[in-house]
Amino acid sequence: MSNKNSAIKVLLNGILKENPTFVLVLGMCPTLATTSSAINGLSMGLATTFVLFGSNAAISLLKNLIPDMVRIPAYVVVIATFVSVVEMVMQAYVPALYDSLGIFIPLIVVNCIVLGRAEAFASKNNVGLSALDGIGMGLGFTMALTLLGSVRELLGTGKIFDFTIYSEQYGMLLFVLAPGAFIALGYLIAIMNKLQKK
Amino acid sequence: MSYILIFISAVFVNNIVLAQFLGICPFLGVSKRIETALGMSGAVAFVMTLATIITYIVQKTILEPFQITFLQTISFILIIAALVQIVEIVLKKTLPALYQALGVFLPLITTNCTILGVAILVTQKDMNLLESVIYAISTAAGFGLALIVFSGIREQLSLTNVPKGMEGTPIALITAGLLAMAFMGFAGIV
Repeated sequence: MSNKNSAIKVLLNGILKENPTFVLVLGMCPTLATTSSAINGLSMGLATTFVLFGSNAAISLLKNLIPDMVRIPAYVVVIATFVSVVEMVMQAYVPALYDSLGIFIPLIVVNCIVLGRAEAFASKNNVGLSALDGIGMGLGFTMALTLLGSVRELLGTGKIFDFTIYSEQYGMLLFVLAPGAFIALGYLIAIMNKLQKK
Repeated sequence: MSYILIFISAVFVNNIVLAQFLGICPFLGVSKRIETALGMSGAVAFVMTLATIITYIVQKTILEPFQITFLQTISFILIIAALVQIVEIVLKKTLPALYQALGVFLPLITTNCTILGVAILVTQKDMNLLESVIYAISTAAGFGLALIVFSGIREQLSLTNVPKGMEGTPIALITAGLLAMAFMGFAGIV
């Protein structure tokens, strides 16, 4: 029973208590760059989730084989392998999405969350928990990106997931552009801080 | 002429941090004081120029002739990681003064997405070697400019009275948003 409890705790940890975006404030580059619409944010989140899941599981399997001295380069190679897989799959099956996310797919390699979880969690825990931690962190990241993407899309163009809420002419274009990303995320984190204090 | 255009475009119009969202982590992380911002910008400029030259040569002489460009991500990140290590060792032996100034920032640069980002962007934009080098230097200059301006603002900001929930990251992000809005004024120059 306690085993099951700790598994759920690990999974929820990434989604709520240590949410990578709102609490740890890691991986800001894709968070800001790919959330011009809700669907972009969602797909970037899912791509990162897959990489987190795969690299966490692989690294926790390999942790006893990798010498301590070269562990960071070794982790980076494992992560880069999973990123290349995602990159090729997206290029083959969803080329439109691949184009709109552009350079940020290969850049998942240098997303601090992925390397951070490998170092902080997967190198110390067993495969099952590491994979769960990867999924939890990934879902937390996906939720944050989808939320930010929805807010920006709604304020900017009056739509969420291309579903029209109000007419586009009342939208503030600023929120789709670069400054809006910073401002929207700033206010979202402030709201999250406020909610968590209670 | 086109080299000047690359420079102006990379520094002001398409500023790597404020318009392209690369390198946000160091932008938020080391911008609390101007001195650390200067050190970080110097380290980034140094590594970015070297990394762009080496990845460019690898791309043109190994990856493209053998048609293994799908290994681009893996090979580039390994080159950058190795390069950062080598730069660290060489600087420590030969220029201890510079190492003192940049030392702390060098390990952080491996996970700085501007370096990998510029290396990939250069191959995507199909630039030649000289253009790539100029692009790397001007991108680093743009990164430095944004970082130093932002750290100047943050030094002032630390003296002001910010609402409780907005302290720390939120107010930094909103400040960055206003800075990005100012940089939008350069749009259309090039």
